Amino acid sequence: MKFLRDALDKVKPHFEKGGKWEKFYYLYEAHETFLFAPNHTTRSTGAQIKDAIDMKRLMMTVIIALLPCLLFGIYNVGYQHFIALGQPEASFGDMILVGAIQVLPVVVVSYAVGLGVEFIFSVVRQHPVNEGFLVTGMLIPLVLPPDIPLWQVALATVFAVIIAKEAFGGTGMNVLNVALTARAFLYFAYPSQISGDVWTYIGESSQAVDGFTGATPLAIGAQIVENGEGFVQSLNQYGQGWADGIFSFSNMFFGFMPGCIGETSTLMCLVGAVILAITGVGSWKVMVSVFGGAYAMGWLLNLLAVNEYMAMPAHYHLVIGGLAFGAVYMATDPVTAAHTESGKWIYGLLIGMLTVVIRVFNPAYPEGIMLAILLMNVFAPLIDHYVVIANKKRRLQRATV
Amino acid sequence: MELVSLGIKSIFIDNMIFAYFLGMCSFLAVSKKVSTAIGLGAAVVFVLTITVPVNWLLQEYILKEGALTWLGADFAGVSLEFLQFIMFIAIIAGIVQLVEMIIEKFSPSLYGSLGIFLPLIAVNCAILGSSLFMVQRDYALSEAAVYGFGSGIGWMLAIVALAAIREKLKYSNVPDGLKGLGITMLITGLMGIAFKSFIGIAL
Repeated sequence: MKFLRDALDKVKPHFEKGGKWEKFYYLYEAHETFLFAPNHTTRSTGAQIKDAIDMKRLMMTVIIALLPCLLFGIYNVGYQHFIALGQPEASFGDMILVGAIQVLPVVVVSYAVGLGVEFIFSVVRQHPVNEGFLVTGMLIPLVLPPDIPLWQVALATVFAVIIAKEAFGGTGMNVLNVALTARAFLYFAYPSQISGDVWTYIGESSQAVDGFTGATPLAIGAQIVENGEGFVQSLNQYGQGWADGIFSFSNMFFGFMPGCIGETSTLMCLVGAVILAITGVGSWKVMVSVFGGAYAMGWLLNLLAVNEYMAMPAHYHLVIGGLAFGAVYMATDPVTAAHTESGKWIYGLLIGMLTVVIRVFNPAYPEGIMLAILLMNVFAPLIDHYVVIANKKRRLQRATV
Repeated sequence: MELVSLGIKSIFIDNMIFAYFLGMCSFLAVSKKVSTAIGLGAAVVFVLTITVPVNWLLQEYILKEGALTWLGADFAGVSLEFLQFIMFIAIIAGIVQLVEMIIEKFSPSLYGSLGIFLPLIAVNCAILGSSLFMVQRDYALSEAAVYGFGSGIGWMLAIVALAAIREKLKYSNVPDGLKGLGITMLITGLMGIAFKSFIGIAL
């Protein structure tokens, strides 16, 4: 480590005031604080708070919590690839290899482009580089389909970082979740690459097996509104002959199904949820209330069911699509979620309920979690506003003058 | 049940701001504080709930072709539709005056903070827009009333949400060139993306 320190110290004078690269000070500072603990100290007149946690550690915790999803996603992309080709006997190594070739470039592009934009902004606006992108750069690939064109990843990243974050001043000041803005941008700008038959990576030269339609459980849900077959029955029938039981409940819980790169496995999301909740980085209240809201709404729709999708067992809503991923990693974003504690319950519940409503009632979007979270991001400040007012009222009643 | 779904539809799916981008001027200008936004929103709800049914009556009994038959059989072929815009505007302006007097009487502070934007409701496109949509979509009287109320609530929801965001924005570090209206327009666009979640729901 010493040679790194030496190298940094050697170039440091150039970046400090009066040096020839003075303008690029924050570029240097970002690398230095990334590699070594900064030696910043609070001035004697400042607030004296001692805590090991800082922004960078917070962000790294989220990345650690995301790793299970990423690793499983890499494996699953390869696994789905070989299943779709009718070669389920392919070796574990091959699956990882295919998955890695598909997934890693997306991750690299997202990081490279996003950090590039961040560096440009930090130099032009003279503010420290925001560590927030470390998480965003990982979230963006995980919510995209496996064969998304790389230029679209780059475009969406640029759009989201500039419009949804830097225009507001950077990390901690944005209104909408940055990664979801990137996805929503792609969804509305290039719908054909992010909906329909894109959830399984097949490859240019290969041919899928007979019976393969590229459907996801959500697409099947939308179909049964039309043809009136039972949901569970349709799921069990799908994949007969080439992937028996691909949409059984347990299989969907573990995540062996097509979908966005990182979102398929509810189990891996729960592992991440435990990490986030124990370290206190993500709010367990939001996670619990999103799942609770989705389950309650699914149950309510069961009671009122007029079509088969409404009658689908409520617990299926929790494992299909990206609900778990959104609940654990997106809804809990401490910047865009509600900040007050009781506000978090309301915020999460509404996300869960809206997700199910959009899934079941809106034929335009098979999946609802993305737009539900974005919509509640918009309303989170309003929720906070009223929670604060209610709190003031309650405490004023107690006060005696 | 039909009326309930029309109400929900006009609040969320056909939201005046995010589906039609109507009523933007006061939406952008009077959204700095939540309390003011609620006041203006309530005024818009009130004006819409009254003007849309009143304009419906006007359309049905005076303007539409054959509407004047109640005066005598000779008027069956008369259509005053060319007067539609001016008549609708006149009704809206009259009702806005009424609202203005009520607010001035009961809440002088709100009257002060709304300022010029209160009379400007008269030319708020969301209000004329709902009257025209009402004609275009052939609503019945009860539907017109629900539609007017729902559009108003949808508009109010949008402006209050924007105001809450803008209050929070005080802590942001917006680039100088974007301060004020610039960032507000960006937020409106981003809110529009979020509101797309409802577009496509068939009720």
